[in-house]
Amino acid sequence: MGTIRLKYDIPANDFITAGEASSNVKNKLTQIGLSSDIIKKAAIAMYEAEINAVIHGNGGYAYVEISDYKVVINIVDFGPGIPDLDLAMQEGYSTAPDNIREMGFGAGMGLPNMKKYADKLEVFTKVGKGTKIIITVNF
Amino acid sequence: MKEYFHSVNLDKDKCRGCTNCIKRCPTEAIRVRKSKAQIINERCIDCGECIRVCPYHAKTAITDKLDIINNFKFKVALPAPSLYGQFDKKYTRDNILYALKSLGFDYVYEVAKGAEIVSEATRQLLKNPDIKKPMISSACPGVVRLIQVRFPGLIENIVKLESPMEVAAKSAKNELHEKHSIALEDIGVFFISPCAAKVTSVKAPYEKQKSNVDGVISINDIYLKLLSALNNSEKGTNLAEAGIEGINWANSGGESSALGTEKVLAVDGIHNVIKIFDEIEEDRLKDIDFVEALSCTGGCLGGPLTVANAFVARTTQQKHMSEASEKYASDIDNKNYKELVWTSDVEYKPVMKLDQNVSRAIEKLEMLERLYAELPGLDCGACGSPNCRALAEDIVRGIANETDCIFKLRERIRDLAEEMVELGGKMPPVMDKDK
Repeated sequence: MGTIRLKYDIPANDFITAGEASSNVKNKLTQIGLSSDIIKKAAIAMYEAEINAVIHGNGGYAYVEISDYKVVINIVDFGPGIPDLDLAMQEGYSTAPDNIREMGFGAGMGLPNMKKYADKLEVFTKVGKGTKIIITVNF
Repeated sequence: MKEYFHSVNLDKDKCRGCTNCIKRCPTEAIRVRKSKAQIINERCIDCGECIRVCPYHAKTAITDKLDIINNFKFKVALPAPSLYGQFDKKYTRDNILYALKSLGFDYVYEVAKGAEIVSEATRQLLKNPDIKKPMISSACPGVVRLIQVRFPGLIENIVKLESPMEVAAKSAKNELHEKHSIALEDIGVFFISPCAAKVTSVKAPYEKQKSNVDGVISINDIYLKLLSALNNSEKGTNLAEAGIEGINWANSGGESSALGTEKVLAVDGIHNVIKIFDEIEEDRLKDIDFVEALSCTGGCLGGPLTVANAFVARTTQQKHMSEASEKYASDIDNKNYKELVWTSDVEYKPVMKLDQNVSRAIEKLEMLERLYAELPGLDCGACGSPNCRALAEDIVRGIANETDCIFKLRERIRDLAEEMVELGGKMPPVMDKDK
């Protein structure tokens, strides 16, 4: 049984490359021949996590593991962490500054969307250290 | 009908096997083999991008010749709205339509009139809260086919309405049959086309079994004849009926501007379309209800079978719009257009997938990644595949070898040469002498 392991850099505050990693993973899932529903779930959840790492987390890495039954997307950043996770999980809650909101981000849908589209969502966060998000989508 | 009909075709004598087309193809559907381009049929979406970029004009579109109209007793021309933009501004639409008719047609029916009907039908669909948003226009057949092969997640968003060309064809036939009692089988309708994709949508329709159009003639093919007819013939009157809305469909942004809402987005150029579709598929496009996506830069005026420069044509088209009425008929808005809705859906064509079996596809993707990491990453195209990643994919699919890469080949030769030098310095012990 094969497993594909991929690693992507997520540069901080770089809105030009933001979303590239999730688009790339989407293309690979298409090559594997998964249904469009599954691809969509993985792509949207990963995109949200990627953008969060760009906006809030000073950048970081995405580690993606694709196996026969699932894709596990691990997004790690070394940013400020999330002080109140319950609050961050609420739709519409955002700590994004005004300049980010002006760019159309920061609608407070990041984590809620991840939860909506991932089959399993795990968030590990520590204030001052960073955040690790593990998204699992089953095939 | 063959499984894959394509209008885009290769003239082998003219092709020199360069890499221009393989690098521009949005679905990576072309490879160079034995100094000739080869189109992978199941991937080609007939967008015509390769026709535009080929410096040797080796990429052509299969269209019907003008004499095909003689197969029918009563001949009808269906000019695409983009036809008007092709000529000098001094000619009116009446002039152009009269010249077109004089090439042997009995009747001319403007596709722009069909476009006005489709605009109204779309406005009605937009009001339906149950319809999937953003709706994506199906006017450009290249775009619909792009969705079929690359964006299966967007199939539900496609506007399932017949195209202006089909609407015009049906209306023309019905009108002639009912008002002038001409037998339906005697009427032949011929689309005057700016692009190859429309040919494919007539010869191999995705939305239904048979098209109402009997032939597709390229604007490029009849351009000279039209020019001389314009200079010779009478000027023509009362032929131009279509309104501003319909004529504007030739422009990028024309279809969406007729919808009466600001929640629209117009994108043109197939590579730009792909970027917008990525955004929609990842749920990133906010507050947009309708997307007009056109394969050609500048919309249909930039079609690969048009003659005039797309940007020049745009100003000409504006002039024709300024002379046109608001709408071709006042009662368009009062009708119901349920009959324009497709009876069948378009299907996903999973041509990008590496294997039917998911496990094996993953193994192949793993191998692909390994191979890709070893390739130089120059994306030179000298191997015949559009880029290094595509070569890795071709190797995995069994249609290419690693040594097709000239850098890999050179590496192998150098290794071999070094080994030969090393071996050349070795002497069998029985012959080895001290110096």
